Amino acid sequence: MEFRPSDEQLQLVSTFAALYGKESTPERVRAAEPLGFDQQLWSQLLDMGALSMAVDEEHGGWGATALDLALVAEQHGRALGSAPLIESQVACRLLARAGGPVATGLLEAVLAGERMVTLSPRPPKAGWALLVPAGAVATDMMIRHGDTLVVVPIGDDRVIPENVGSLPLADVPAGEPVLADADVILSGSAPEAIDLALDDWLVLTAGALAGMAERAVEIGVAYANEREAFGQKIGAFQGVGHPLADMATASAGATLLAREAAWAVAEEPGRSAQLAAMAFAFAAETARNATDVALHIHGGYGFMLEYDIQLYYRRSRAWTNVLMSPAKAVRRVADKRYGPRKAS
Amino acid sequence: MDFRLRESSEARRAEVRAFLEEHMSLALEERVYRTGVSHDAAFTQALVDRGWIAPSWPVEFGGQGLDPEEMVAVGEELRLADAPMYGIGTTNMVSAVILAVGTDAQKTEIVPKALAGEIVIVLGFSEPEAGSDLAAAVTRAERDGDEWVINGQKMFTTNAQIGDYAFLLARTNTEVAKHKGLTMFLVPLDQPGVEIQAVFTLSGERTNIVFYNDVRVSDAWRVGEVDGGWRTMTVALTNEHAAGFAAVIDRLLVAAESWARESTDDDGVSRMEDETVREALGRTVIDLEVSRLLQRRVAWMAEAGETVIAEGPMSKLFSSEALKDRAQDMVEVVGPDALRSYFDPSAPSHGVIEHMLRFSLGTTIYAGTSEIHRNMIAQRGLGLPRSG
Ligand SMILES: Cc1cc2nc3c(=O)[nH]c(=O)nc-3n(C[C@H](O)[C@H](O)[C@H](O)COP(=O)(O)OP(=O)(O)OC[C@H]3O[C@@H](n4cnc5c(N)ncnc54)[C@H](O)[C@@H]3O)c2cc1C
Repeated sequence: MEFRPSDEQLQLVSTFAALYGKESTPERVRAAEPLGFDQQLWSQLLDMGALSMAVDEEHGGWGATALDLALVAEQHGRALGSAPLIESQVACRLLARAGGPVATGLLEAVLAGERMVTLSPRPPKAGWALLVPAGAVATDMMIRHGDTLVVVPIGDDRVIPENVGSLPLADVPAGEPVLADADVILSGSAPEAIDLALDDWLVLTAGALAGMAERAVEIGVAYANEREAFGQKIGAFQGVGHPLADMATASAGATLLAREAAWAVAEEPGRSAQLAAMAFAFAAETARNATDVALHIHGGYGFMLEYDIQLYYRRSRAWTNVLMSPAKAVRRVADKRYGPRKAS
Repeated sequence: MDFRLRESSEARRAEVRAFLEEHMSLALEERVYRTGVSHDAAFTQALVDRGWIAPSWPVEFGGQGLDPEEMVAVGEELRLADAPMYGIGTTNMVSAVILAVGTDAQKTEIVPKALAGEIVIVLGFSEPEAGSDLAAAVTRAERDGDEWVINGQKMFTTNAQIGDYAFLLARTNTEVAKHKGLTMFLVPLDQPGVEIQAVFTLSGERTNIVFYNDVRVSDAWRVGEVDGGWRTMTVALTNEHAAGFAAVIDRLLVAAESWARESTDDDGVSRMEDETVREALGRTVIDLEVSRLLQRRVAWMAEAGETVIAEGPMSKLFSSEALKDRAQDMVEVVGPDALRSYFDPSAPSHGVIEHMLRFSLGTTIYAGTSEIHRNMIAQRGLGLPRSG
């Protein structure tokens, strides 16, 4: 057992922590609302190699491990980064795995910062890909068309819905004629490729949500150590301290589990899909509960837009549910562990 | 990072499994349950013969020098099998305290016998009016020449009825702050004035009330300084507070998975096909993993020489509360069959799920209640002010 990240990993974490500390302050996060995209942060992340690290050298990247990515994702979550980091990393990894001329060309353009590709985790419904993560800022969207994975350019006809988490989501036209004419990335194995991409997505989002939960607890603790009522710091009330203790415990567990799941991608591939769903379900519930506790102990101030905790509360819900509910992730754990239900 | 146990730890795990194959049986498991006594002479002897009664101890003291990580593997297997380890656990805990702060005579008298499985030492901490707040103990020890005279009552002295010594927390000074007037003794239980009354609990675990009436104990059996008992207690409790119940959640999971695979619903469909069953199993799998990680982290920190602060309480708190919740869920998804009692021949998975419902309650109470652990995490881990 070794619970400490390597020196290189700690170095990586502190580099990204410094970047987020500068480029993703609460003021900047607010300024990027409601779209939820901060161009300067995004440029800096690209310069730092946040996408190239996600793919191996053969594909023009520097081949960081999934654990490296998860450690960066924790920082992204702590700082509520207004940039489609995880969406893009997931897309890059999918493109690298897919290979072939279309995917390779697209991946090159993405790594060069010329295009931004995202993946719709859901098939289209009545001619639309709905609530596509990063759809409001991406140039291209990968989506399943039957058993084929196609890529379509995202045009001005996309619709950008305002949403609770200030996420750059979009409803993107994806009718039959569009998809039928689209460039093909994979013919025949789209469901499997999307499922693998979803594993990446779940494990990295788990890291981000764990980081978000840890930060929410810190914010709550700082407030509990400062605010007074009935002549004492509110942190001395067990009604305040105990929920924070529970959330600190769950956040520590969520962080460990997300790291284990990311570690398993390379080290225990037979169990990594199961662990990814486990880590996501647990981190999602933890971020949900921790932001709720931390907001609530601010009293009326937590309800005010001026306090940062609401930024965390809203994003914990959005980053989770745009992918899948915790309950659905728990069922995915069972699917990966026991095999899918025969009925389904 | 590396989340695997080392090969040497997995090798220990395999050895313990093989040992349990031979020495742990359903009959023994049932006897432990029916008597409520988690201690068995033959099993203890087998451990002694194998050199495993205190495997973490240094070889020169009769242990095997296993490191914290190897002990994780050993502990997980013993708990998973529900091996009768409670008496050994308290005996070792007290022996470790004696090694740390006891006199040479105590070490020579106690430690070899403890390692030979010849004695059982029980914990005499809790009192009717002092449980969570142990420092409020009022059981008196008054000096009389070379001896002390003990009067009072202890609650929940588990295994007192088979115990040779009680590790007793007693008040020796009423003039000072409550933490400063306590002293620890090793009180031989086989003597006049000691009266033991059985107490039966919801899980079947037997514990006791022990009355001390003018019980005389030589000053040679005092452990640590006079009025310095709280420091001695701190040594003892640190280990207890770092407990974890991951392997007990594993026990619940193994029972629930085998039930789900083997039983069918009214239409003859495997219960493994049922979404609510799968969700309950999935949640158990997750809580098991989180509990394991929190518990293993404590062992890793010990090995890495890091100071464990809130991490021990986090492991104990999370795993016991999760065990309780998951056992409750599981009873509900199993349905009426979950009501069939542990070791009733008709019960699924020999009733382990039913037993867990009851057993889990105690885990959130003993070794410090969940509230006490939350206090420790809030104050020591998060730096929140002490609660009023
Ligand atoms: C099966 C079993 C075996 C045991 N074995 C032993 C043994 O071998 N030796 C031994 O000495 N003891 C033993 N105990 C006793 C056990 O350690 C105590 O029961 C436990 O510490 C709680 O003390 P109490 O029962 O007096 O409850 P109390 O301290 O009276 O607590 C009652 C309730 O108040 C809460 N509470 C108390 N203080 C606070 C606080 N500061 N903040 C918030 N809430 C608080 C508690 O969490 C609890 O819910 C055993 C108990 C059980 C159930």
